[in-house]
Amino acid sequence: MDMRRRYLVDRSVRYLLFFSALISLFIVFMIGLFTLREAWPAFREIGLLSMLTNSEWRPGRDQFGLLAMIAGSVWAAIGSMILGVPLALAGAIFLAEVAPVWMRGIVRSSVELLAGIPSVVYGLFGMVVLLPVIRKIPVAGNTGFGILAASIVLAVMILPTITNIAEDAIRAVPREYKEGSLALGATHWQTIMGVTLPAARSGIVAAVILGVGRAVGETMAMIMVIGNSIVLPRPLNSNPLTLFLSQARTLTGNIAVEISYATGLHEDALFATGVVLFVLIMIINSSANLLIRERRR
Amino acid sequence: MSEQPDAVRSPEHGPWGRTNLARRHLTERAAFVLLWVAGGAAVAALLAVVGYVLVQGISVVSLDFLISPPRGGLAGEGGISTTVITTVYLVALTISLAAPLGIGAGVFLVEYAGEMQGYSGLIPRVVTVARFGVETLAGVPSIIFGLFGYALFVSALHFGFSLLSAGLAGACLILPVIIRTTEEALRAVPRSYREGSLALGTTQWQTVSSVVLPAALPGIMTGIVLSVGRIISETAVFYVTLGGSSRAPTSLLDPGRTMALHVFYLATETNAFQKAMATGTILIVSIVVINAIINLLTRRFTMR
Repeated sequence: MDMRRRYLVDRSVRYLLFFSALISLFIVFMIGLFTLREAWPAFREIGLLSMLTNSEWRPGRDQFGLLAMIAGSVWAAIGSMILGVPLALAGAIFLAEVAPVWMRGIVRSSVELLAGIPSVVYGLFGMVVLLPVIRKIPVAGNTGFGILAASIVLAVMILPTITNIAEDAIRAVPREYKEGSLALGATHWQTIMGVTLPAARSGIVAAVILGVGRAVGETMAMIMVIGNSIVLPRPLNSNPLTLFLSQARTLTGNIAVEISYATGLHEDALFATGVVLFVLIMIINSSANLLIRERRR
Repeated sequence: MSEQPDAVRSPEHGPWGRTNLARRHLTERAAFVLLWVAGGAAVAALLAVVGYVLVQGISVVSLDFLISPPRGGLAGEGGISTTVITTVYLVALTISLAAPLGIGAGVFLVEYAGEMQGYSGLIPRVVTVARFGVETLAGVPSIIFGLFGYALFVSALHFGFSLLSAGLAGACLILPVIIRTTEEALRAVPRSYREGSLALGTTQWQTVSSVVLPAALPGIMTGIVLSVGRIISETAVFYVTLGGSSRAPTSLLDPGRTMALHVFYLATETNAFQKAMATGTILIVSIVVINAIINLLTRRFTMR
């Protein structure tokens, strides 16, 4: 009798757990369903292609082009990559190969804490410290707000993501590879550059891609420093680098700033923004996951 | 000579009249200095952000600041008591929603899914898809959770901007965190524990509930604490689901604002940067405490 009861409990728990495992799948499904359902009228009435190629976003006149926001997200991500990736990768090499134990402890707990700091605190720091400094750059039309400020803030925010994953990838390189190289007379640095990094390449690329995903997905810090004006970012004068002083708006910011008061087609267009963002992030993340899985094999 | 690697092929005396070996050592020196600079830069970035916020904020923080409610206005008068309360409510709500489901899912994926791979037909395929679900959910940017929460909970289910809407959306956000840490914690439990228990004639659930789960508890707790940190620092989801009222919510259907949201409102709608820094200080202190707890748990877990 007791045996039977135990068996019954075991069976029912198994199904209960099975269903809780399906919950996240269900949520993904619901997210897809609801965003698509709400976005559908926008896609039908405005058309996906015209949303992606039009840079005019004027809800009052029923103009819903996303190109300016896509450009804003992309430029902020590019800027943060230029500033953040070399630093993050060097940090990863440092932690995995060079740092003595005491320094590793300090750097690692710093990186851990950087990962935990709320994005609004980064945004606040950007507003109070970075904006006044950037505003001093003598270019007409420079307000301080813009892609440069966004890139600097993002560069710090993605540092933990890239450093952690890249460090794991570097550590996973078999010891024999390095020993073989050192035995041939290569210096430690030559070994890192010639053997370790190439062997860890796919993991490092995956780390950078996940960093891009994090940068594109960031919302609040971007709203706080990028200026949020709906313009296609372009250089402020003849120097192409002043593009980074241009204000912009990200896809994420577009949703957050307008969703609470949008109605009708405007609201639908914001959900369409979400769909575009979702697809973009899915492409970025699944290519990173593909690389990581390939490495495991 | 020509068949040796690039680095060794260079002439006996390179630039600056050095030998090949000395030159290589010099390059290494320079490279390592740069790597040290990079490591130092991570620490410097942390010190800059945290240091600045703490230095600016600490002078405003006082007991009075913590226990008096925000009074609003352009100067951002008052303290943060109601935002602390809202944050605590929201953490309790999201954890109690997500923890049972997340731990359950993790247990299934590690303890039960493996044996089901042997089954033919639908179930193994469902397991594969369920894993894909967790992976996808983990990568979704938080504003999408907000958008979803807004569409489903705020609008379609008429919960309005409320603690409930925000709690449900927040639970979706932390679910993958809890599932993944639970999976990791369970995988770290030695196989022999399970075999020992099963050999005594227990059912699988008895083994899981009285042997595997207790052994994995510190690891699972790490996931919960990590999620608490996630909710405390999250803003985007709650910006579009919680409503932002600075009063303390008295029911699940009341709006509110968390500490992180308060920082955002202070920074963008008032000129009370000092108050924002002070609230940021409290946030940073909470995160430091949370990290310390996680380190403690991890150490305990790995010591076994």
